[in-house]
Amino acid sequence: MSEAQIKSLEEEFEARIARDEKIEPKDWMPEKYRKTHIRQMSQHAHSEIVGMLPEGNWISRAPSLRRKVALLAKVQDEGGHGLYLYSATETLGITRDELFEQLHTGKAKYSSIFNYPALTWADIGAIGWLVDGAAIINQVALCGTSFGPYARAMVRICKEESFHQRQGYEITLKLAQGTLEQKAMAQDALNRFWWPSLMMFGPADADSPNTEQSMKWKLKRKTNDELRQQFIDQTVPQAELIGLTIPDPDLKWNEEKGCYDSGEIDWDEFWQVVKGHGPCNKERMKARVSAWENGEWVRDAALAHAEKQQEKKLNKAV
Amino acid sequence: MKKEWPLWEVFVRSKNGLEHRHFGSLHAADAEMALENARDVYTRRNEGVSIWVVESKNITASNPEHNAELFEPAQDKVYRHPTFYDLPDEIKHM
Repeated sequence: MSEAQIKSLEEEFEARIARDEKIEPKDWMPEKYRKTHIRQMSQHAHSEIVGMLPEGNWISRAPSLRRKVALLAKVQDEGGHGLYLYSATETLGITRDELFEQLHTGKAKYSSIFNYPALTWADIGAIGWLVDGAAIINQVALCGTSFGPYARAMVRICKEESFHQRQGYEITLKLAQGTLEQKAMAQDALNRFWWPSLMMFGPADADSPNTEQSMKWKLKRKTNDELRQQFIDQTVPQAELIGLTIPDPDLKWNEEKGCYDSGEIDWDEFWQVVKGHGPCNKERMKARVSAWENGEWVRDAALAHAEKQQEKKLNKAV
Repeated sequence: MKKEWPLWEVFVRSKNGLEHRHFGSLHAADAEMALENARDVYTRRNEGVSIWVVESKNITASNPEHNAELFEPAQDKVYRHPTFYDLPDEIKHM
């Protein structure tokens, strides 16, 4: 294809997105669109799968059957969400094995929030309330994204995820209404998860060079800072209602702007964790890789069994 | 690892009286496992009463590049629609 032809295809492509048309897997698309989507969607899928690890550890330690069934269902949902997103990513011409390979070798990233440890039961509350709360804000914005399979996966995920945040808030609420020790535990979890949750929206707009392109492709409908602000404004009253304090001394309501002013995020910490130096990066990858490697014989056996059954059927037919 | 489990497309009937609709895809070693996985992945909240799975490689899809010759001919055939025909005002329902 000549450069002029590609240019005209690209213009037509951008115009389709501007008209709010969806792009489907077999449609022509610029190579950069394909690559960016593979990167972002797989990163999203990896986050769901790695996100099962900190919470999974607490299933057998849940304080009641009610909490246990809820957490079990939530972790199962996350596995399901990872699967929706992996198969949506595969429509762009990459295999599941390649995607796993990228995760396991560190070539692909996942949300940094999962590199923080879940130390107490209150952390399970904070993760549902804050981490899922932040994820939902990001994901609702993605329901209208231009790539059809991604948008459809997002719609399903958003529908399923609102219970995740509610169960987390309920856990935090109960602890906040409990003994002094329980309340302190809830406050401690909020203290540790608040800033990492704000970091989930990514670097500040000024340091996010891909934002403009992503907005054009509707891979982002709002900027990182806009979404972060939305999260702060939504969460502060929820904390106040249950008597917990947001660990930000600079946080205060700005009457004029109609939103909260807040303190500066520790971006050094953010980049450290992104680069693999967070508290749990190594532990998470080790757990993930060993699950994959130890499951290899099961996957091979299932395939060998399927092939044998197929052969038997064929032989019978002859 | 020898090779990847094949890819399957999943279709779910959400209730009797409705058609099966494409829900998504998944990997499984065989059809039976594909059905079981589809149940876990796509019907955790009573989304369905019946599931079909089809190995993706068995689906033949039209090419979007041929959309013009496939679908444009229908665009100028307005006489296939009821509104194309003039009726006297006295006829209220037809």
